[in-house]
Amino acid sequence: MTSQDNVPMTRAEKQQAKRLKRFDNPWMNPKLLWGLGLLLAIVALGLLGRIFWDPDLVFTGSAPLKLPPVGFENLRRQEGIWDYPLGTDGGGRDMLAMIIVGAPNTLFVGLLASLIGMSIGIFLGFSAGFLGGRIDDTIRVLADVMITIPPLLILVVFQSAFGDVTLTMMALLIAGFVWQSPTRLIRAQVLSMKQSGYVQMAQLSGASTGHIMFREMLPNLVPYLFGSFIASVTTSIVTAVGLEVLGLGPQRIPTLGRTIYEAINAGALIQNLWWWWGIPTLLLAVIFIGLLLINLGLDEVSNPRLRKLS
Amino acid sequence: MGRIPRAYLINRVVTLFLTILIAATIIWIIPRLSPVDPAEIALGRMAAGAGSVANSEEILAQLRANMGIDQPLIVQYIKYLTGALVFDFGLSTAAFPTPVSTLILNALPWTLGLMILSLVITFFIGNLLGALMVWDRSPKLVRVAIPAAMVFTSIPPILSGLLLMWIFAAKLQWFPLTGAYGIMVEPGWSWDFVLSVLHHGFLPALSIVIVTFGFWALGMRGLMISVQGEDYVKLAEAKGLRPRYILYRYMIRNAILPQITAFALKIGLLIAGQVLVERIFAYNGMGKLLYDAILNQDFPVIQGVSYVIILMTALSVFLVDLLYPFIDPRIRHEAA
Repeated sequence: MTSQDNVPMTRAEKQQAKRLKRFDNPWMNPKLLWGLGLLLAIVALGLLGRIFWDPDLVFTGSAPLKLPPVGFENLRRQEGIWDYPLGTDGGGRDMLAMIIVGAPNTLFVGLLASLIGMSIGIFLGFSAGFLGGRIDDTIRVLADVMITIPPLLILVVFQSAFGDVTLTMMALLIAGFVWQSPTRLIRAQVLSMKQSGYVQMAQLSGASTGHIMFREMLPNLVPYLFGSFIASVTTSIVTAVGLEVLGLGPQRIPTLGRTIYEAINAGALIQNLWWWWGIPTLLLAVIFIGLLLINLGLDEVSNPRLRKLS
Repeated sequence: MGRIPRAYLINRVVTLFLTILIAATIIWIIPRLSPVDPAEIALGRMAAGAGSVANSEEILAQLRANMGIDQPLIVQYIKYLTGALVFDFGLSTAAFPTPVSTLILNALPWTLGLMILSLVITFFIGNLLGALMVWDRSPKLVRVAIPAAMVFTSIPPILSGLLLMWIFAAKLQWFPLTGAYGIMVEPGWSWDFVLSVLHHGFLPALSIVIVTFGFWALGMRGLMISVQGEDYVKLAEAKGLRPRYILYRYMIRNAILPQITAFALKIGLLIAGQVLVERIFAYNGMGKLLYDAILNQDFPVIQGVSYVIILMTALSVFLVDLLYPFIDPRIRHEAA
C-alpha cells in the first residue's frame, strides 16, 4: 500500500514512513542532534549570559558569602535570593556568573587543543601513510611512544614548574598530547586507500602529491576525522579539568575545574554547600554526555550495522 | 617465545624503552626550563621556619651542591637517568631527608590495590552487560536500563566521586569522607584494619567502577553484534544447544578478545583518572602524594610519581601486546 492510492495511512505506517525517511539521511541521527544541542546550549549559556547577566559578579567579594540557590536554605538559615539565583561561593562570587564565564572556557580549551592536535595528526598521518619509508618509521614509532604517556602527568610537571598559565597556553600544552590517535588512525586509512582505484587513477593522470592527499583522499576520511575529533575533545577536557582540580590550571580565570578545586579545598562537602561544587559538576557532566551522544551518533552514521539496534 | 616473531618482540622492546626514555627526558627538561630555582625554594622554606637566615649565600651554594645543580647539565642528565633506572630520584625537599623512592613505595600498594580491584570489577560487569545488550534472550529490563547507565561512561571519575562522597559520606554518613583507613586503627594484618581499609576504599572504587564499566559494555556491544551473525553461532543454534551455553561458550568467548587490546589503550587514562579520585578522597595513594608534592613545590617527588605512573602505563601496554597472541591463537604478529 502506498500513498499514491489515496488511502489514509495508519499511525504505525506513518511512523514507519517517517523512520525510513529519517534514515535516508544518516546525518539526521537523533543521538548526534541531541549531543550537538547540549553543547550548543553551553555555548548559548556563555553568549546570552554575558548579555543578560553581569559577568563582573565573578570577582571575589562581589556578593554575600555562601548564599544558597533560590528555594533552598543554607546552614545559617539564609534563603536564596533572586539577585544570585544559583547561590554564591565561599569567596562571595555569584555561581551563575561563574558558570557563564567558566563553562565556555572549558569548552574552548577542549576545542582549541583538539583542533591543533587534529591538524598535526592529519599532517603526520598523511605524511606517514603516503610517503612511507623512513618518514613513516619515524612518525609511527613517535606516535606509538607518545600514545602510552598519560598527558596529565607530564602537564602536572610542566605547570608546577611554570606556575600560572593562560587558557590558550594550557590548550597548546594539551594539544601536544592529542595528536597520536588521529595520526595512527589516518595513517592506517591512508595505507588502505592508497591501493584503491581512484587514487591510482589520480596518480596515473599526474596529479601532485598534495592534490591526491588533500583533494582526493581527505574528503573520504571525514566521518573518521569527526569521530576522532570528538574523542580528542573529550580527552582534552578531561585533562584540563584534571589539572584544574589539582589546582594547576589558570589561577585567575574562572573554569569549572578550578571552581571544584576551590570548593573541595574549602570543605564545601562537609559544610553542605552542594551548589558550589555541584553546579560545575553538573555542567561538566552535560558537556561530557553531549560529547558521548555525538560520538555514538557518528558511530551510527559511519557504521549502519549499529543503527538497527538503537 | 613461541609464537612471537623476534622482529616484533624487538620492535615492542624498542618502543617500551623509547617511551620510558622520552618520558623521563621530558620530565627532566621541564623544570630546568623554568625560572624557579629549587635551592631558593628550599632556602625560602628555611627562612619561613626560622624567621631569618644568616649567611644565605653560603647556604644557597651548599644547597645547590647537595642537589647537584651546580654541575654541567649533561652530567646532571646522565646522573638522573642512571638514578631513574633504579628508582632513585633523590630526597624529597618537603619531607627532607626522606628518599622519594620510600614515599612512592609507601603509596604504591594503595594505588595498585584500588586499581586492580576496580579494574577487575568493571571488566567483569562491563563485558557481561555489553553482551547481554545484544543477546536476544536477555530480560527486557537489561536492555532498557543499560543505555541509561551508559551515560555515566562519559563522565570522568572525579565527578562521580564528588557525587558519591556527598551522598554516602557527607549526607548519609555510611562511609568515611576521606583517608584510606581510620585514624584510630593501627596499620597491620588485624581484622579491624582490613575492615577499615575496605570501608574506606569502597567509595573511591565505586566512583571508578560506575563510570568505567560503560566503556567495556559499549565495546562489547559492538563486538557481539559482529559475532552474532557468524556461521558457527547459527550452527550451534541449529544443533539445539542451550542458548545460555551458546552465549557464554560461543559468543562471549570470541567477542571478548579485542577488549583486551582496548584495555591497553585505555590504561593511561584510567590511571590518570584514579590519581584524581585519590586526590579528592585524600586516599593514601600516588594521587595524594602527587597533590601534596604540588602544594609544596616538591619537585623530586612530582618527577618520581609522574615517572613511576608513566612506567606502569608503558609496562602494561607492553605486556598486553606480548600476551595477546597467547590469549587469542588466531592472531599471529606480522614481523612489523
